[in-house]
Amino acid sequence: MINKLLKSKNYLSLIKFFSLIILFFLWETLSVISDQTSFPSLLNVGKTLLIEVSDGELLFHLGMTLYRVFVSFIIAMVVGIFIGILMGNYNSFDSFFDGWNILFLNIPALVLIILSYIWFGLTEIAAIIAVSLNKIPNVIVTIREGAKSVDRTLLQVAFIYKVSKVKKFFVFYLPQLYPYIIAAARGGIALIWKIVLVVELLGRSNGVGFKIHEFFQFFDIKSILAYTIAFVIVMIALEIFFFKPLDNYARKWRT
Amino acid sequence: MGTGITININSKIFVRNYKIKQTHAAIRELNLNISRGEFCAIIGPSGCGKTTLLNLIAGLDKDLQGKISFDGNKKLENIRTAYMFQTPRLLPWLNVLENVEIILSKDQRLKNRAKEILSIMGLEKFLYFYPSQLSGGMQRRVALARSYSSQPELFLLDEPFVSLDAKMANKLRDMLTSLWTKEPTTIVFVTHDLREAIYLSDRIVFLSKAPSKVILDKKVNIKRPRKLEDKKIESLRNDILKITQDIFEGEDENA
Repeated sequence: MINKLLKSKNYLSLIKFFSLIILFFLWETLSVISDQTSFPSLLNVGKTLLIEVSDGELLFHLGMTLYRVFVSFIIAMVVGIFIGILMGNYNSFDSFFDGWNILFLNIPALVLIILSYIWFGLTEIAAIIAVSLNKIPNVIVTIREGAKSVDRTLLQVAFIYKVSKVKKFFVFYLPQLYPYIIAAARGGIALIWKIVLVVELLGRSNGVGFKIHEFFQFFDIKSILAYTIAFVIVMIALEIFFFKPLDNYARKWRT
Repeated sequence: MGTGITININSKIFVRNYKIKQTHAAIRELNLNISRGEFCAIIGPSGCGKTTLLNLIAGLDKDLQGKISFDGNKKLENIRTAYMFQTPRLLPWLNVLENVEIILSKDQRLKNRAKEILSIMGLEKFLYFYPSQLSGGMQRRVALARSYSSQPELFLLDEPFVSLDAKMANKLRDMLTSLWTKEPTTIVFVTHDLREAIYLSDRIVFLSKAPSKVILDKKVNIKRPRKLEDKKIESLRNDILKITQDIFEGEDENA
């Protein structure tokens, strides 16, 4: 039985692996039959990537972008969790902020970015505000959902045994929100890095988004792809080495 | 040791449906004095408001017409309370030991009180298991260990020994009596089982169907330590059954 399961698991990962290989060859075929500038061979892209990495250029811009992703992510999560918990627990808060939230959820990212640059100038702060504002409403929606489904009977246990307020929050309350926080964080990082690139393209003079804009002007597709691949690798690594372990830790008690 | 309880409830009414103003009176004119260190059992037909009464005493439900006071004017916040709920209400993200220790004071933790009580209950091999890895009966025992180890002045129990096998239930009953003898505490014990009530308590209060009030208040004058097979228990039980026939008939009508 277990053998069979293992076999089928191996079988599925084989499929995954081959699908990537097929994608690679499809691209290469395209690159051979059309021109090399529009569809550069991935081998050449790899070479460009290595050169860009070795002269430090790519790492600098990647670093700037990651820094913006990180700061806006933290701000969006902290503000979103805070407001989400308030809205999930107090109906008056919920009614008050609900309209605002729906409004912000539906404003296009681009509008927030441009308004932010107009109001705060082409500054780092404007960039980070724009990214955070785009993400906060999503975090709020997820966390509010979690806060509404909190098991009150466990909080009664804390009440009966006169557990301190801090302990009550961190041991009895917050762990109930972990799955929601992790879901919000995962979705958050995916959305944020995409928006950060747009923000950089529109009003920053460094970062991956800025570089892509520059390559666009020279129609340098090879470099665009090289930067893209570098960035995707970083984000996948983040998922594997940060979110997965965090998730496993948060649900270790589930069997 | 322990705390006296004076209960004067004019009425406890639940609103079932706000729109059509459908209400349900759970308790009406219930007056009861429980003295310090008394072991008081409460029996009544199912749905008569026994759990409601415990929740009111515990302060989980503050919406009542009437007054519940402790030792004259002592505040509930200053009374060490334990409540064994009908369901275990363990924190799923804490292991067995942590679940008990989380409600203990620093002093109690240093004395290894949790471990001690858990091992008397036969859970010493499961200290680092999560609740989801335990059977329902074991989860109940952990919840009991939590309530036993908190050294309460006021101890509320809501049918604590149902769904445990007879041998374990007897062991836990004896443990409750011995804890109560060593560190006298006021116990309010809700049960369906008349024999259990006689075996354990000083006094049995019978409640009517909802809206419930006291219909019989019976002292149990059997010397401790008692034996479950004691003839006195059986004869007292028969006496009580004769007097309260109408209650149990009433229950049959509902069933």
